[in-house]
Amino acid sequence: MEEIMNVIKNIFLTVLLSLFLISNSNADKIKIGTEGAYPPWNSKDASGKLIGFEVELAWTLCRYIGQQCEIVEQDWDGMIPALTSKKFDAIMAGMSITDERMKTINFSQGYADEVASLAVMKGSDLEGIDTPEAVNLNLGGSSVNKAMKTLTSALSGKTVCTQIGTIHQNFLESGDVGKINLKTYKTQDEVNLDLTNGRCDVALAAAVAFTDYAEKSGKEVVLVGPTFSGGAFGNGVGVGIRKDDTKLLKAFNKAIDKARKDGHISRIAIKWFGFDASM
Amino acid sequence: MISIFPSLLSGTVITLQLLVSSMFFGIIIGLIFAILRINKNPIINKFAYGYSYFFRGTPLLVQLYLIYYGLANIELLRNSFFWAIIKEPYWCAIIAFSLNTGAYTSEILRSAFQTIKKGYIEAAQSLGVTKKITFYRIQLPIAIKQSLPAYGNEVILMLKGTSLASVITIMDLMGEARKVNVLTFKPFEAFITAGIIYLFITFIIHNIIKFLEKKYGFQS
Amino acid sequence: MELLLFGDTGWGDELFLATLMTIAVSIAAMAIGFLFALIFTPLKLSKNKSLNIIGNCYTTFIRGVPELLVIYLLFFGGTGAAMYVASIFGYDGYIEINAFITGALAIGIISGAYSTEVFRGAILSIDKGQFEASKVLGIKKNIQFYKIILPQMLRLSIPNLSNVWQITLKDTSLISVTGLVEIMRQSYIAAGSTRDPLFFYSVAAILYLMLTFLSMKLINKLEIKYSKGY
Repeated sequence: MEEIMNVIKNIFLTVLLSLFLISNSNADKIKIGTEGAYPPWNSKDASGKLIGFEVELAWTLCRYIGQQCEIVEQDWDGMIPALTSKKFDAIMAGMSITDERMKTINFSQGYADEVASLAVMKGSDLEGIDTPEAVNLNLGGSSVNKAMKTLTSALSGKTVCTQIGTIHQNFLESGDVGKINLKTYKTQDEVNLDLTNGRCDVALAAAVAFTDYAEKSGKEVVLVGPTFSGGAFGNGVGVGIRKDDTKLLKAFNKAIDKARKDGHISRIAIKWFGFDASM
Repeated sequence: MISIFPSLLSGTVITLQLLVSSMFFGIIIGLIFAILRINKNPIINKFAYGYSYFFRGTPLLVQLYLIYYGLANIELLRNSFFWAIIKEPYWCAIIAFSLNTGAYTSEILRSAFQTIKKGYIEAAQSLGVTKKITFYRIQLPIAIKQSLPAYGNEVILMLKGTSLASVITIMDLMGEARKVNVLTFKPFEAFITAGIIYLFITFIIHNIIKFLEKKYGFQS
Repeated sequence: MELLLFGDTGWGDELFLATLMTIAVSIAAMAIGFLFALIFTPLKLSKNKSLNIIGNCYTTFIRGVPELLVIYLLFFGGTGAAMYVASIFGYDGYIEINAFITGALAIGIISGAYSTEVFRGAILSIDKGQFEASKVLGIKKNIQFYKIILPQMLRLSIPNLSNVWQITLKDTSLISVTGLVEIMRQSYIAAGSTRDPLFFYSVAAILYLMLTFLSMKLINKLEIKYSKGY
């Protein structure tokens, strides 16, 4: 019996010690949270490494700030709470700057434009939908209203899929496109899977998320309808930072300025998106 | 608080629907596999054991993903009439939950069958009662009565299990709570209210089982 | 099969590391659960009404709400909750939240509720005569607990604790929200990245089966070893 007691004591000590060690390593690094499941913004390759536009940009920005960084994985639906509970210090996860989010956290200036689009499988009856090429919800006016009307009737009764907690979900729930059957997923990867499986009639996400998927999977995913910006879609993608962390906010703003001027953001954007999405 | 209540309530209805249907199919599956388990044929026996081992040895979440995303990955299946069922997240959840609870139910019933005193069966046989009637009239009722307490626990475990349905897009109680959380960034209101509702359902189930135990309780 | 290769092209090494992580976080959670159980078992057995209520609240609440909800509450509660728990254990400093701690703590709290029930059952099944005998012999209360009750309680608990271990092991599949890369999260990422969910979730199922199988073998050995002489 003594033996069992000793074993249990040892387990306790080891666990407590390891918790302590883990919690004290990397204390002075800037920790950046990303999702790792939203290619080409951020994803993971088969060697387990985080890759993508934001991962590469994060390293550049850290170099400019002049501090060591560590990139931390975090599920999308826990991203903002993880930031506020100090699991990491900054979010770079394709997160658009919106008023709703600004109530809880701060954002740096935008570093990239995220253009949203609907996508369907080839052969869908939505393919021929007649709308302008781009809709900016900030502008309003008759052409935007007409486009929204066309969309409302085209999407009526359709199963529309999108990732949970995104600007895309906000837009679809806003009532601007009428009554749809909305399905929300934990990751964009899952949205893509169910779009190709046929569980979704149509999906909404960043346009590049679909084109990247179509290219890599060889599936016939095609963009339809207009590209969306403004309104619920926010004002570009920025670095999310805690409200009280003004020093880090300034540092990131400065670093983004520098990376924009010397062309780094454009170069990295072209490498991952195929076009210059910097802003 | 008031504004989130209607959506949580509609989620509760889905949760209860999932629970009741899964328990219904789970009992049938559990009974069939319990009977297979006490079968003397080693192949049938091993098969039933393998089924229960798999579903008790892996997390429910893996089972759910395997059925929802895994099966959808098989082109042959997508082109068959099964797709009409697999396509619906609701049915995928019920399949996963029923198979899971069926595995546990089969274990509960099996051990109940095995603890029935040999004397009852021998007495029945010496009175000339056929095997079939012995099973349906003596073994089965005793086994069901003896299983009640353990089965009550299983119902509560399954109630908690249904909360995973939200990962395959079903808007059950958990799904609605998660939605409120991501839309408002107010995790506590949504999750604590949902927690209270779950506790309340647990409380009701607990009391129903207690009532049944009292009414049909079996003292051996 | 080449998807499971080790090295940069396959997911073999990642899944292997994830399996180790699942084992590590399960053991940590089990240990944390023991701590909770050692605190709450006496409360549940206490003759003091209010202590009794605290003990019962813990087990009733944790066993009555979904594990995922407990994990979300703890995770979204973040630093505040963790610091509160730490202050119970007498630690007042700043706690940095990382995925491992959050995950192990969440599963530990759940596992602790089940362990509490097991310990309680074990103590209740210890012969009452022993309490009386040690009282007659003038053995102090805390020595009575450490030298007489605790060892017997642990031995009597082994079979039921193996169930708690299984529950704990499987519950770790739910902590991917914390970002901890265990079997479930790694398979999830691999399934998304390779678009082959059938394969990777099957691999995950096999890995969990292996873990439950091996740990049952180990626990059976322990059980045989420590029931010698009884």
